[in-house]
Amino acid sequence: MAAALLRRLGQTLFVLFGISVLVFLVFFATPGADPTARIAGKNASPETMAKVRHEYGFDRPLPVQYATMMKKLFITRDLASYVDRGELVVPEIIEAAPVTLSLATGGAVIWVLASVTMGTLAAAFRGTWIDRGLMIAGLIGISIPVFWLGQVANLITQARYHDTWLFSWVPGLGYVPFTESPIGWFKVLIIPWIVLAVLFIGIYGRVLRADLVAVSGEDFMRTARAKGLSPARVLLRHGLRTSMITFVSLFGLDFAQLIGGGALLTEVVFGLQGVGRLTYQALSNLDLPLIMASVMYSAVFVVLANAVVDVIYVFLDPRVRDGR
Amino acid sequence: MNARPLLQAEHLRKEYKLPRGQTLRALDDVSLTVMQGETLGLVGESGCGKSTLGRCLLRLTDLSSGDIVFEGRNISALSERALRPIRRRMQMVFQDSYASLNPRRRIGDLIAEPLRVHPDNEGRKRSAADITARLDELMSLVGLPQSALARYPHEFSGGQRQRINIARALALSPQMVVADEPVSALDVSIQAQIVNLFTDLRERLGLTYVFIAHDLAVVRQISTRVAVMYLGAIVEIGDSDTVLHNPAHPYTAALISAVPEPVIRHDPQRSLLRGDVPSPVSPPSGCRFHTRCPQAQSRCSAETPELRDFGDARQAACHFPLGLSA
Repeated sequence: MAAALLRRLGQTLFVLFGISVLVFLVFFATPGADPTARIAGKNASPETMAKVRHEYGFDRPLPVQYATMMKKLFITRDLASYVDRGELVVPEIIEAAPVTLSLATGGAVIWVLASVTMGTLAAAFRGTWIDRGLMIAGLIGISIPVFWLGQVANLITQARYHDTWLFSWVPGLGYVPFTESPIGWFKVLIIPWIVLAVLFIGIYGRVLRADLVAVSGEDFMRTARAKGLSPARVLLRHGLRTSMITFVSLFGLDFAQLIGGGALLTEVVFGLQGVGRLTYQALSNLDLPLIMASVMYSAVFVVLANAVVDVIYVFLDPRVRDGR
Repeated sequence: MNARPLLQAEHLRKEYKLPRGQTLRALDDVSLTVMQGETLGLVGESGCGKSTLGRCLLRLTDLSSGDIVFEGRNISALSERALRPIRRRMQMVFQDSYASLNPRRRIGDLIAEPLRVHPDNEGRKRSAADITARLDELMSLVGLPQSALARYPHEFSGGQRQRINIARALALSPQMVVADEPVSALDVSIQAQIVNLFTDLRERLGLTYVFIAHDLAVVRQISTRVAVMYLGAIVEIGDSDTVLHNPAHPYTAALISAVPEPVIRHDPQRSLLRGDVPSPVSPPSGCRFHTRCPQAQSRCSAETPELRDFGDARQAACHFPLGLSA
């Protein structure tokens, strides 16, 4: 077990190395593009250009450039954005990360709870109007664009009905750190959480229902019924756990890409200064160091989340544990 | 053996609706009685409805019509909830020993589950200590080590898994166990062990079995009575010695002569069947066996034979039974 975990960790590090090389090559070794000019920004003076070229080692071979970049990213953490007048990139991301983490985690809690409830109910009442109603609701959730839903939520809670008893508690757009005020943090994030979760509730609820229906045809489900268990117990104890594999895989990928900046639209709509929004700004300014840093940051999360999912499999399915 | 009926099934029918308005009759007016303490062997070709009958007897599959009286109580119309306490008294062992165990749960968990959900005989919830004691007892009963309880289904061989399934079925000390081809997926050497285990448990626990199989050798070894099924109906039923050594129905005779024998000899009486089993969607008129019967006469395609008593504790559904006057 420990050996398997170590092996998985080794793989994770190797994948991260591969990603960093790839990202580096795309941005800094593309023929015809001069990374010095990109980093120094538009209309930079020749002195700045020379300084940048020397600082990033662009006058030296590629491996040295790569090593310099990684050192600036992970060790000295002094990678600076010249576009943004020397703003240090790594602290910027570290500042934005808690916002994104809060948004994605809260949303994930809501969507996991809601979609498990929805999928299980739909499977338990398969073929009835409850099932159909839930599945149609799921489809509607999947079809609504998050930016539109976010704007409508803002319109209702911030403007149109803000002064009614129902929404007068809703604070203005922006972020309140948890350490500053847990209640304020919750109030400011609850609507973004729900908006973010709607799409995923639809997808996960439908996936879980399909898996539960498939597993209900298995022989061991009939055995469970022959034991004299109640239908609810058969579904929850024997069906649900077996059906969670797809759910967990999907969750690992979706959650990681949200942490890595995938909640961009939600962040923009609700004025949350998170990683997604930072990446968006970096791209629109062609701020190369910031792009490099945020891509590496999200890669780390995606790869780590996949490693965590693999570990969860081991607990969900004993056959994975020693099935080699 | 006291001759008290434990389970009586009357006129069981099970129909499946097929597309284009067709119906498949998996069970067509099946009646049988299972006596306390006996082992009723249920034999027939694939698709003759023996597994469907087994599952219907335990109400694991819903009947289309008919009555099942178990321990003096009609269970054919009970709701799933009302059936739950009765499930303690009647259990099933399935053919596929692997698929019938949840691969994600430990053996101990799987066997303990019925003990956790059903109250004990005094109507109290069983304590953890009671359950552990019962698990140990069950393991030694089926001949598995205690360490098996902490392991998962995929870690066992087919024979061991069938022992686990038997332990699971016996957990609540049922009166009756329906075994649906419990050994046909096993190796021949393991088959004998499992059949012996079934026999041994019957003696020790006073169990009543309905033992479904297509292998006559296995049925001969374990059964006290045998019912032969063809196309969803019972064609012959009686004491296993009588039925298997002196068959009255031509189909039973054909089944017996199809058993491979270790000695090669020429047997002019050997009756081998030609053709396939007709479709249960449109069974033949009259006697459903007449299309393949070597003795068939014109009466057979016109008139359906009823199960008739032949005096020697055996009934057969044939107009022209073998070795007996009609």
